[in-house]
Amino acid sequence: MIKTIVSTELPIDEQFRIRKNVIQHGPKDGLRFCVVTGTHGDELEGQMVCYELARIVNEHIDALNGTIEIYPSLNPLGIDTIQRGIPNFDLDMNRIFPGDPQGTMAEQTAHAIIEDIKGADMVIDIHSSNLFLRETPQVRINVQDAEWLVPFAERLGMDFVWVHDAATVLEATLAHSLNSTGTPCLVVEMGVGQRINHKMCRRLVTGIFHLMHTMGMWHEEVETTLPQPIVCKGDSVTFLNAETSGIFLTELKCGINVSKGQTIGQIVDPLRGRILSMVSSPVDGYLFTIRAYPIVYEGSLMARIVNTEES
Amino acid sequence: MRIETIFEMTSPCRDNFRIKGYRFGEGKKTLAIVGAMRGDEVQQQYICSQLVSRLMLIEQRGGIAKDKSILVIPSCNPFSMNVGHRFWAMDNTDINRMFPGYDQGETTQRIAAAIFSALNGYQYGIQLASYYVPGDFIPHVRMLKTGYEDLETARLFGMKYVTTCKARPFDTTLLNYNWQLWSTKAFSVYAGKTNQIDVNSSSETLDAIFRMMKRTGIINYGSLGAAYESIVIDESSLVHIKARHAGIFCRLVDAGSRVSPGQSLAHIIDPYNGQILNDIKATAEGTVFFAHHRPVVFQNALLFMID
Repeated sequence: MIKTIVSTELPIDEQFRIRKNVIQHGPKDGLRFCVVTGTHGDELEGQMVCYELARIVNEHIDALNGTIEIYPSLNPLGIDTIQRGIPNFDLDMNRIFPGDPQGTMAEQTAHAIIEDIKGADMVIDIHSSNLFLRETPQVRINVQDAEWLVPFAERLGMDFVWVHDAATVLEATLAHSLNSTGTPCLVVEMGVGQRINHKMCRRLVTGIFHLMHTMGMWHEEVETTLPQPIVCKGDSVTFLNAETSGIFLTELKCGINVSKGQTIGQIVDPLRGRILSMVSSPVDGYLFTIRAYPIVYEGSLMARIVNTEES
Repeated sequence: MRIETIFEMTSPCRDNFRIKGYRFGEGKKTLAIVGAMRGDEVQQQYICSQLVSRLMLIEQRGGIAKDKSILVIPSCNPFSMNVGHRFWAMDNTDINRMFPGYDQGETTQRIAAAIFSALNGYQYGIQLASYYVPGDFIPHVRMLKTGYEDLETARLFGMKYVTTCKARPFDTTLLNYNWQLWSTKAFSVYAGKTNQIDVNSSSETLDAIFRMMKRTGIINYGSLGAAYESIVIDESSLVHIKARHAGIFCRLVDAGSRVSPGQSLAHIIDPYNGQILNDIKATAEGTVFFAHHRPVVFQNALLFMID
């Protein structure tokens, strides 16, 4: 059943709507599992995941024991205009939760989303990095919620789970707003902005059914030999930021082991034909982020490596 | 006056990115003023240019107090203004939401770190700021509530209003917030407009900044000019008026207008047949503190704030 959770007039003959697909089978007071995505309009992997989930659940409805709610587009205007944020609004939508019913339209929308989702037994918030970075499938968890959420995250079959430090500004994310009120929310990151990686999407779909299965919500046979993720703490992640502005060239893809001293890429000057900076790994580790957009300024993130010797 | 480069960075295919500072006087780090942080803050850039111009004259005439120094950074983001972007053109990040910055981090974190390094340690700090909601304001001084906000000095600007507001999580990376936490008495001055130059509100803002400088003993030159006895309000006390319908927005009053209960403030017009969908009326007597200014509005958009 398609339900509209936000409906607001736009200036010229159009209704702004945020919709969800509610699929229920079994007891009505059973568990509720939410899958949300599209907060950032340039992150599209969640679209395929939502499609696959809805398709498979509809085709195997008898296997469902509870309710699955699918929210493909929390920021439909951003998706439509290929913008990360909400058009004509300064703030990142994932920095204004839990919203404000008396605030701007974006803040009212954020409030309505939280009110609709809260109380769920599990929420998966799917992100896809941005235009600039390519990410291997991972779950990100605030250190404050690690003890509670890591056991759920380990059942999703992602490459690794990044337990990151708390920051005040991150208290305004959808995930933090839900987790702080007792609704468990796992943030999944994978792929690159504006594109869909089918293989990664299928992996996450498999992982979601596996998690639902362990929660007693999905009775179909599921993949039971999912990879066990690396669980890492924030201080074991090395960030490689550009030392100079230029063009970053790399042959590497993310999701591989690298050794200390191995070349990750180089920053070059196309005008003079010179190498400006060699980029190499300072540790033995697992490369989980690699830059996808080649133009870099000083400081641009090029890669992230989790130090596997310490993990 | 001394001109110095606060931060410089090469670019893949443009000229170098530079942030320039203008220093006046000698001695204690007394006042730092920051202009355009975003590429559309033209009013803020203009005001800073006039500040520099007037300070050059004041310094020449010996008008800067002994053992006091002033730093003015007219633009923290010339690259974005040159290409007509509000935020950092490469990745659309907002330098003003990167403070206190991180010199080993992403590009705009590094820019913020360099700016903050230059601004840190001043007794007073003024940022010519713009707001995330589009519209016109009565020029005013604004402070985030951190426990360190200095209301008495804020009144010395002599602007009509001094406002305070509760800091939300997304405010904790603003310059104003971090400046206060690092012991600078920080004031965000809103000059009414952002992406256009309004000479009247610019003059009013310039007068207010020079008035504050004179009243705090930073300069001893020039007259104070006519000042208001500022009233201090918490922004949560402002009455918010919203659009009941979306459509074309025809504003009937401006920021600063005095309005009475029942007075029409704006009409929202059906974009197809011209019928009035919403006759927006004042619900209380007061002064229009904020007025939305885009020609089309969404349903439930914030249109007016009335004191």
